[in-house]
Amino acid sequence: METTRKLIRKQSVEKLYNALTSNRQVYAPVVAADKQIEYRYNPGFAEVTFGHIRSTLSVKNVVFPKVENLFFYTNARSESTITDIDMSRIPEVVLWGAHPCDNAAFDTLRSIFCWDIKDEFFSKRLEKLAVIGLSCHLSDEYCFCTSVGLSPDSKKGSDILLSLLKNGDYHADILTEKGNEIVKSAADLFETVSDEKEVITEVKQKFSHEQVTSKLSAAFEHPFWVENSLRCIGCGACAYVCPTCACFDIQDETRGKNGKRYRSWDSCGFGLFTLHTSGHNPREVQSQRWRQRIMHKFSYMPERNESLGCVGCGRCSSGCPVDMNIAEQLEALQNI
Amino acid sequence: MDNLVKRAKELLENKTVQVVIGYEAGPTGVIRPAFITDPEKAGKLIYNDKCDQNLAVYLTKKEVKNFGKMAIVATLPVMRSIMMLISEQQLFAESIVVLGISADGNLLDIADINIMQGYIEKSDLSNPEKYKALLAELNKLNPEEKFAYWQKELSKCIKCYACRQACPMCYCTRCTVEVNQPQWIPVQANTHGNMEWHILRAMHLAGRCISCGECGRACPVGIPCHLLTMQLTDQVYTYFKVYAGTSDKMNSVLSTFEPNDKESFII
Amino acid sequence: MSDFEPKVVAFVCNWCTYAGADLTGTSRIKYASNVKIIRFPCTGRIDFMLLLKAFANGADGIIVSGCHPNDCHYTSGNFHAKRRWIMFKELMDFMGIDMNRITFSWVSAAEGAKWADVVNATVTRIRELGPYVSYKEMVDKSVEEEVKNG
Repeated sequence: METTRKLIRKQSVEKLYNALTSNRQVYAPVVAADKQIEYRYNPGFAEVTFGHIRSTLSVKNVVFPKVENLFFYTNARSESTITDIDMSRIPEVVLWGAHPCDNAAFDTLRSIFCWDIKDEFFSKRLEKLAVIGLSCHLSDEYCFCTSVGLSPDSKKGSDILLSLLKNGDYHADILTEKGNEIVKSAADLFETVSDEKEVITEVKQKFSHEQVTSKLSAAFEHPFWVENSLRCIGCGACAYVCPTCACFDIQDETRGKNGKRYRSWDSCGFGLFTLHTSGHNPREVQSQRWRQRIMHKFSYMPERNESLGCVGCGRCSSGCPVDMNIAEQLEALQNI
Repeated sequence: MDNLVKRAKELLENKTVQVVIGYEAGPTGVIRPAFITDPEKAGKLIYNDKCDQNLAVYLTKKEVKNFGKMAIVATLPVMRSIMMLISEQQLFAESIVVLGISADGNLLDIADINIMQGYIEKSDLSNPEKYKALLAELNKLNPEEKFAYWQKELSKCIKCYACRQACPMCYCTRCTVEVNQPQWIPVQANTHGNMEWHILRAMHLAGRCISCGECGRACPVGIPCHLLTMQLTDQVYTYFKVYAGTSDKMNSVLSTFEPNDKESFII
Repeated sequence: MSDFEPKVVAFVCNWCTYAGADLTGTSRIKYASNVKIIRFPCTGRIDFMLLLKAFANGADGIIVSGCHPNDCHYTSGNFHAKRRWIMFKELMDFMGIDMNRITFSWVSAAEGAKWADVVNATVTRIRELGPYVSYKEMVDKSVEEEVKNG
């Protein structure tokens, strides 16, 4: 579809938001009581933040929730029955105000979940999702989107991308048919483009991801991994806050005769992740797990999925309790 | 901290230890753990009031132990963790050198475990001042308010287990949550499953928690889970008059008993 | 709430309270039938997590009972249990989980009458407190969270 650009006034943004929340679920960022940025369904417009750099958790849970029920079962003595999930219960969601890095991550996730077999849960959720993105007018030292081929105003993954203008109005880039539908539903709020300047933050490029990828293929046995992961304590925080980490664990949970099978987030940083029943663990120590994390995102994925497994949001680094700064490590890796 | 750097350098040069575990400032200025093996690099070591991670967690880590004998920059909570680890037979006193740091940030001369014990016994072992206010505030709430507070906080948990991994006392190679026959704690991160996990964690640390607050600091979503274990630390002292990590020979509160333990609720 | 019948789960040790409850029966003492008894080798074996599982699965009240101090079949299981219950109670109080719904008691094999009293008192108290709605609501809400995945 041909993309178009329109203007939406500051006061019209609120009208658009209220129109959307009146008939569907809008998932929008708010500043919680403890100052953390979190996404909630249909918060009041006054609560919605437009000045956040990054939410604590990514927004991947709208398509890849932390727990996804796969089916329910009943075990009776004579027969067992399986009940599929009613896919029609998956709601239409509008993701509001997510930044370009988060939105680009939906493409990355698609390249994993729909690599060979199309994951129906993921696909359905993605199909029901419309994304109204917001270009970044703020950034901090953890941001590195420009190093992984994105930018504070990249359009990848968004259906509509809002960009703040100097006078407080917004430019709205209408990028897809889904976006167009939303605009059509509130056509009177959108006006012709002005020549006001957009406020877009600058994110300094820290490394070249092509160079990292090419270096990684020969760096499997490099002492770099041990040296730089000694301080890693092996929690799953980086993977759980990451917008592109897609590993999951499948579990059955039974109560009496009834039970369900679900999948929940998992992390390659855990020792248990690769532990075999025999007791053998191919990734026995933390350096091997850290290597796997970097390798997967910057070597295996470009090779197999033709997409980079990182969008440069910086959450893993800002959320890490021991300052395992991924951008810093990649910067070092491109020169080994 | 010239003394600290000098001492670390000495230890590495005369091969008393093979690695010094301390703090350094990363390129972004954030304080992080440092593992110094080369005496020439001892200058990287720093100590200031932002060095709040409990480094004792690395003493049981395989890749760090592989270096050989370890020296560790140790504030009071780290020293207490070391005591706990020795008393629970996770660490040999001979395998470490303690570079003690006093409350005002000076290098202490800690030649052996007895001297460390003396220092710990002289210190204030109750929960740190900065957590006491919130603990007191929570204790004033009525039960409904408390339950609502913890439900709200724990609903944020994503089960990344940073609280467990950051804790020097959570050294089990196989945690209860990783046992799935039966599935004791639900794998999924919902409020109920999270609550069960945090209750289990707090109970397993009752009488063992040394009040460093590391679990709360590590939590990426900001759950004050350290308050659970700290509340129990207070209660362990109230009932049994012991603080964890005061001796290398202490017994864990919940694996021992006194016949005359007092309670008032068993009929 | 007049038709509310409390569900009470009793975790008891094999050597004292279970035998005591047996004696209650053979002595023809009547007591509330709301209690479901689960037998354990020793109070020292009763994990605190089991109590939480009982609440999550619909119990309104819980009784934990075993041998009097110094009478443990395994010498010291009940002493260990006592320390654990002290800590557990303090933690539950701190988190706002209702400890009025849990009765801890020592009932020996000779105390058939005491067992009846313990059960009756607990059931009466739970009847006044009503069903444990807040814990159940949390469990149900958690299931809802999964469905909504928010």
